[in-house]
Amino acid sequence: MNQVLTTAAEPLISDKLPSDQLSTNKSVSEKQITGADIVIKCLHAEGVKFVFGYPGGAVLHIYDAIYNQTHFKHILVRHEQAAVHAADAFSRATGEVGVALVTSGPGATNAITGIATAYMDSIPLVVISGQVPVPAIGLDAFQEVDMVGVTRPCVKHNFLVKDVKDIAITIKKAFHIARTGRPGPVVVDIPKDITAHKAEFDYPKNIEMRSYNPVTKGHSGQIKKAVKLLLEAKRPMIYTGGGVVLGNAAEALVKLVKTLGVPVTNTLMGLGGYPSTDKQFVGMLGMHGTYEANMAMQECDVLLAVGARFDDRVIGNPKHFFSKSRTIIHIDIDPSSISKRVKVDVPIVGDVKTVLTEMNDLLAIEAPEQPSAALKTWWAQIDAWRSKLCLNYDNSNGLIKPQHVIEKLWEVTKGDAYVTSDVGQHQMWAAQYYKFDKPRRWINSGGLGTMGVGLPYAMGCQFADPTAQVACVTGEGSIQMNIQELSTCKQYHLPIKVILLNNRYLGMVRQWQEFFYENRYSESYMDSLPDFVKLAESYGHVGMQITKPGDVEGALKEAFTMKDRFVFMDFITDQKENVFPMIEAGKGLSEMILSNDIGAEDL
Amino acid sequence: MRHIVSLLMENEAGALSRVAGLFSARGYNIESLTVAATEDPTLSRMTIVTSGSDEVIEQIIKQLNKLIDVVKVLDLNDGKYIERELMLIKVKATSTHREEMKRMCDIFRGRIIDVADGSFTIELTGSGTKLDAFIESLDKTAILETVRTGASGIGRGDRILKI
Repeated sequence: MNQVLTTAAEPLISDKLPSDQLSTNKSVSEKQITGADIVIKCLHAEGVKFVFGYPGGAVLHIYDAIYNQTHFKHILVRHEQAAVHAADAFSRATGEVGVALVTSGPGATNAITGIATAYMDSIPLVVISGQVPVPAIGLDAFQEVDMVGVTRPCVKHNFLVKDVKDIAITIKKAFHIARTGRPGPVVVDIPKDITAHKAEFDYPKNIEMRSYNPVTKGHSGQIKKAVKLLLEAKRPMIYTGGGVVLGNAAEALVKLVKTLGVPVTNTLMGLGGYPSTDKQFVGMLGMHGTYEANMAMQECDVLLAVGARFDDRVIGNPKHFFSKSRTIIHIDIDPSSISKRVKVDVPIVGDVKTVLTEMNDLLAIEAPEQPSAALKTWWAQIDAWRSKLCLNYDNSNGLIKPQHVIEKLWEVTKGDAYVTSDVGQHQMWAAQYYKFDKPRRWINSGGLGTMGVGLPYAMGCQFADPTAQVACVTGEGSIQMNIQELSTCKQYHLPIKVILLNNRYLGMVRQWQEFFYENRYSESYMDSLPDFVKLAESYGHVGMQITKPGDVEGALKEAFTMKDRFVFMDFITDQKENVFPMIEAGKGLSEMILSNDIGAEDL
Repeated sequence: MRHIVSLLMENEAGALSRVAGLFSARGYNIESLTVAATEDPTLSRMTIVTSGSDEVIEQIIKQLNKLIDVVKVLDLNDGKYIERELMLIKVKATSTHREEMKRMCDIFRGRIIDVADGSFTIELTGSGTKLDAFIESLDKTAILETVRTGASGIGRGDRILKI
C-alpha cells in the first residue's frame, strides 16, 4: 500500500513530499528544481509570451513559480473557458502555440468547451491542467476529474505526467504535436505532488517519436497530375479552407490563383486566405455562401480543394453534389480528411504551402500566357451569376440593418481590423460583409460553433497585437455566454470594440423557426436583457447604444477614435432580418434561397 | 466486409482506450479486439476485427494511423494471413458422457486442461468458425461456460508487421 496511508501523522492524501524523501533531499544536488519551476522553464524554452489561466488548488505550486518569473505574462481570466478561447485566438492571430493553465476538476471541465472548439478548427494549443496528487488519483478526491479520459475525444493528444522527471520531455512533445502536422490542442495533466518534487531540468532540443511523423511534402507525381488537370480544365474552380490560413500558405495560393486566372472561393474558416476584394474571389461558399460561389462549385469540371474538408455546411448533400460530375484534386495535411465525405480523384497529402509552392514552380514553366477561350466563357458564366447581386439587401425601412453595420465597420476600420465573432446570424453577416484581405484576421468558431467565443477571442487578438483594431461582432445571446470577461478587459486595459447586433432574438434559431417551424419561436426570444451601456460602464468601459441607421457610421468612427478605451456598442437592429443566401440543411449547393421573396428553387 | 486490422502501438497507459474510444466515437463496428505486449515490451500489438464498406475501412485505417500512440497499422485483408482464436469451454462431463466429450474434444483437436467431478475444461484454438462449429456440435445443455479471446492475426510468409 501507499506509504502515505501508513503514516499516521500525515493527512490521508498529502501533496507534500513524503518524509523519507525529505531526508534524502539534503543530498540532492543544487541543480534540482521543483516540477513547478520545470513547467515555467519549459514554457520559457518554447518562447511562450502569454499564459491564459485561472489558479486553483492543484496548480498552486505552478502559480507560486509564476509569481517569481518574468519570462511570460500570465493573463487572469474570469472563467477557464475564456482562458482556452483567448489562448486559441492568440494562436489564430499569430500562428504560435497558445497556452492555457487551469486547475483540476471544475477548472479542467470548464476548459473542455475551449479545447473542443480549438480541436474542431485545428488550432495548436497546449493546455496544462492541474491534477490531484498521484496517490489520490482514482479515489474520487476533492476536485478530481479524469482529465485525460474526459478530453480524449476532443484533443489531438493528451498526457498524464506521473513523474517529475517526465515533465520536460512531455511538454516538449506536447508543443511538437500541437504545432506539427494537422495542428490541434494537446492537454498535459500534471498532478500536484509532481510539481513539488524535484528533478534536474534538461529541455530536449529535438524530439523524435517513432509513432508520429507527419508528412509534409506532397507526392510529386500527383502534383504534376493536378497541374495538368488544372491547365486542361474548361471550368476550373479553387476552393480553400482553414488549412491555407493555418499553413501560412496565403501567398502561395494568391500566386497560383493569379497564374491560373481561375475563380476562387473560401470557406468560413478560410476567409482571408485569398484577398476578398480581388476580382477573382467569388465570395464565401456553403450554407450562407454567395450564389456565384456555390454555383461555380456545382458547375465546375475540375475542382482544386486546398486545406478544406467538404463538410456538411460547405457542400450540403454529397449526393446532390455528385449529380454533376467533376474531377476533384484535394490537398490536405491530414490523410483522414481526404475521401471522408467526398470521393477524390487526385489526393495529395502534404503541407499546403509546400504543395502549392511546388505547383507554382511547375506552372512557372507550363502556364499559358493567354487565358483559354473556355476559361473566358467560364468567367462570363460566373459574371452572370454575380449579376444577381445575392448580397444586396433592403436598407430602407428605418431600422438598423445588421449588414449595414458590418459594411460600415469594414469602411471605418479600412478592412484592416481583427474581427472576432460569436456564433449565429451576426457571424454569417460578418463573414459575408467584412471583406478580409489578410489571413489570420477573421477569428471565429467554425467547426464547433461555440457561442461565447467572441469576447475572449478578441482578448487573445488584442494581446497578440496590442495596437491593432480589434472588433468583436456578437449577438445579445452569445455575448452573455462569456460576459464576465468584461472584467478581464478592464484589468488589462484592452481597447476592444464590441459590435453587438442586438435583435432581441437568438437570430439564427429564430430564422430556422420562421422557415421550418411555421414561425413558432420556441424559446428564441431574449427577454430581460441588461442595459448593456450601463453594464459596460459599471466595468469602467464606454457604452453606447445606437438605434438609428444614420448614426451607425458616426458611432463606429467615434468608437475607433478612442484608441485606448474598451467600447461596447449596442446596435438595436431589425428583428426580422434573415441571413441570405441560404441552403437548407441536407439540400444541394444549387438549391439556394436568395431572399424572403425568392423561395427555394433549383436555379 | 469483415476485416482484420493489426496494429503496433506504444505500450502506454490509456493507449487501448484511445483505440476503443475512436471506434465508438466514429460509430465503427468492433467484432473483437485483443491486445498484449510484444517481444519488445515498449510495444503492444492489437488485432481488431471490424466490418464495413471499403470507404469505412479506409477511414478506420486512416483514423488509427492518426492516433499519436499508434506506430503502424496493417489491414491483414490486403494480403494473405492466418487468424487464430483461443476458446476455453467448460462442459458437463458426467459419468455416461465423459467418454463422448473426450472424443468430441479430440475430433476438434482440443485439449482437456482441467478435470473435475462433473466437468471438463477444454482448450481449443482455431479460426472463429471452427470454434463456432465446436459449440454447434455440442448439446447446448452441456455447455457450462465459454470464454473466447477474439481473433489474433498475422500475415503469411514475408508479410511482417514490425518497426
